[in-house]
Amino acid sequence: MTDIPARQADGNSAPMAHNVPVAAGRAAEAVTTKMTARDVNVFYGAKQALKNVSIDVSRENVTAFIGPSGCGKSTFLRCFNRMNDTVDSAQVSGRIQLDGKDIYSPDMDVVQLRARVGMVFQKPNPFPKSIYENIAYGPRIHGLARAKPDLDIIVESSLRRAGLWDEAKDRLNESGTAMSGGQQQRLCIARAIAVDPEVILMDEPCSALDPIATAKIEELIDELRGKYAIVIVTHNMQQAARVSQKTAFFHLGSMVEYGDTSMIFTNPVQTRTKDYITGRYG
Amino acid sequence: MASVIIPENEAVAVKLPTDWASPLMRGRVAARYRAERLFKLLGLAALSLAGLFLAFLLFTIVRDGWTGFKHTEVRISVSYDPALLGVDPAAATGPGGLEAIRRGDYIGLMQRAAAQLGPAANVVSDGAWLDLRQMVEANPAVLGTTQTVWVPVRSSIDLLAKGKFDLKEPEISRGVSNDDVASYNLLETRGLLKTSFNTIFTGAADSTDPELAGVWGAALGTFMTLLVTIALAFPVGVLAAIWLEEFAAKNRWTDLIEVSINNLAAVPSIIFGLLGLAVFLNFFNMPRSAPLVGGLTLALMTLPVVVITARVAIKSVPPSIRDAALGIGASPMQVVFQHVLPLAMPGIMTGTIIGMARALGETAPLLLIGMRAFVTDTPQGFASPATVLPVQVFLWSDDVQRGFIEKTSAAIIVLLVMLLLMNSAAIYLRNKFERRW
Repeated sequence: MTDIPARQADGNSAPMAHNVPVAAGRAAEAVTTKMTARDVNVFYGAKQALKNVSIDVSRENVTAFIGPSGCGKSTFLRCFNRMNDTVDSAQVSGRIQLDGKDIYSPDMDVVQLRARVGMVFQKPNPFPKSIYENIAYGPRIHGLARAKPDLDIIVESSLRRAGLWDEAKDRLNESGTAMSGGQQQRLCIARAIAVDPEVILMDEPCSALDPIATAKIEELIDELRGKYAIVIVTHNMQQAARVSQKTAFFHLGSMVEYGDTSMIFTNPVQTRTKDYITGRYG
Repeated sequence: MASVIIPENEAVAVKLPTDWASPLMRGRVAARYRAERLFKLLGLAALSLAGLFLAFLLFTIVRDGWTGFKHTEVRISVSYDPALLGVDPAAATGPGGLEAIRRGDYIGLMQRAAAQLGPAANVVSDGAWLDLRQMVEANPAVLGTTQTVWVPVRSSIDLLAKGKFDLKEPEISRGVSNDDVASYNLLETRGLLKTSFNTIFTGAADSTDPELAGVWGAALGTFMTLLVTIALAFPVGVLAAIWLEEFAAKNRWTDLIEVSINNLAAVPSIIFGLLGLAVFLNFFNMPRSAPLVGGLTLALMTLPVVVITARVAIKSVPPSIRDAALGIGASPMQVVFQHVLPLAMPGIMTGTIIGMARALGETAPLLLIGMRAFVTDTPQGFASPATVLPVQVFLWSDDVQRGFIEKTSAAIIVLLVMLLLMNSAAIYLRNKFERRW
């Protein structure tokens, strides 16, 4: 439910939008909250990259993070599967929960977390191994398949879900890096799907792709919606408008506005959002 | 977007259009071409000079050394009289026959057989009796028969046969006596001499007689020493590099370690010899001249090189691969051993081979731990006395006997061939494991 803005307004003075009418309009659809973030701050050394961000990510919707470069949207995304742990200077505070369980608590296993919260990166990064091995690697290390036939099934179904089966079925033993950029990115999505995640994080997945490959990825995101909670970071506002149902606008480390995509793009509450969307800066 | 707007009433310096065809401009272009031609010429000259030096070096080594792989033998007929030899034919074939055979008087046998050569009897090498014994050991049935045998000649006769002396020089300064020249001429005219492949050189260890000295002992010592070196330096170096690159926090301590490793790589090798002497020999009381200690000392020397090159190789693996593996829930150890290390392996192997090639040619640290000992037997184990090829080259180059000149160059050829083989193996392995991303 989009009850955060209200709660946020009660709690602290962070600028938050109230899109309550829109939320009410969509209330017919049952929405379950998959991940919640409360008062998340991220510091890189002394520099604060993210300031008191709170958000709910639902299972059914695609949530887009938009904003100009350096606004903290990617940093925030990387908090959801603790990829910031790999950066020595990064300090994360606040609370992020997956199904009500704090992912930063000491008893949370980060390896399992990253299997449940998969990630697709900006640049397609298939392993320099065969297409088959790219998909099979994750299930194998997590023990999801006992024998080769099980693995074959996972590979096929993952490639099918990523819309890559027809292109890849005859070349499963070829190197994943020999594919085109768009195919590589769909391979990366298939690789994330293969470990049966609950959430898929996408960090500007189309920024290195041509418009046709981008269209395919967007179609794919649309097909995957509902099966996985999807959070996508994009600097392309049209893309956010096309693929997402919820949009959060970030600026200078703060979340300025969060609401239904249709509202954000047609009738933003905050002036900063409006200025960004109309191309005044960015 | 917004272009620079110049106020209308402000004086602005007017820039004349560029005249690309002016003499000044053409001169500049010509000067640029001239400089380029000169640069290319200098580069070519440097390359030619380097090639010339290399060709000269290889030519000299091969010219002096290739005769070392051949030796001269003299034909004599040996009658293996069991009574004079002191070996009972019945005992020789029975159990413990080898010991019975070894008790025989082969030096006497050799002297009796050489007497048939008359005035040239002294051309036979002092160690030729070993050939006679080996013959009996291989086949005890020769006892009681007369066999035609080719045995090695003394070094000066060998060198005469190879034409290494200027016979026009007076006896005092040419390095070979008139008696030897007379003996050689006698045997040569009677057709009793032949030149063949020198199996003594390729199969034996060091000796005081050039014609009996071989390079095999040193080659085996080198092989065993390098085996110890790589067994220690490779795993320790790679694991150290992994820890520093992938797991260690970047702080003052790791900076200090990094600086120390870089400094260690530049420390003169003889210092590592002193370290080996103090630690392995004097403190741990390990055996002197042993491949084990040599290998340990060279491992200390090679370690910094392996660590540095392995770190560079690990660093060159794109971070996106690490992200990809972490992103689907690989543990840091899985990331390193299943993704980073396989991709870094070609680079690591190149670095290791470079380190090993340096260790292969190293002499100074090994002198200090006693590997310059005169070892006449091939090494039997990692703790038995041995020497290595570069030290063998050093020892022979120091010897006053003329026969060792060609041995020195021949040993250098063996060393270079080993180096070449190692580098080829490295290139093959690197190309085999090289991957793209």
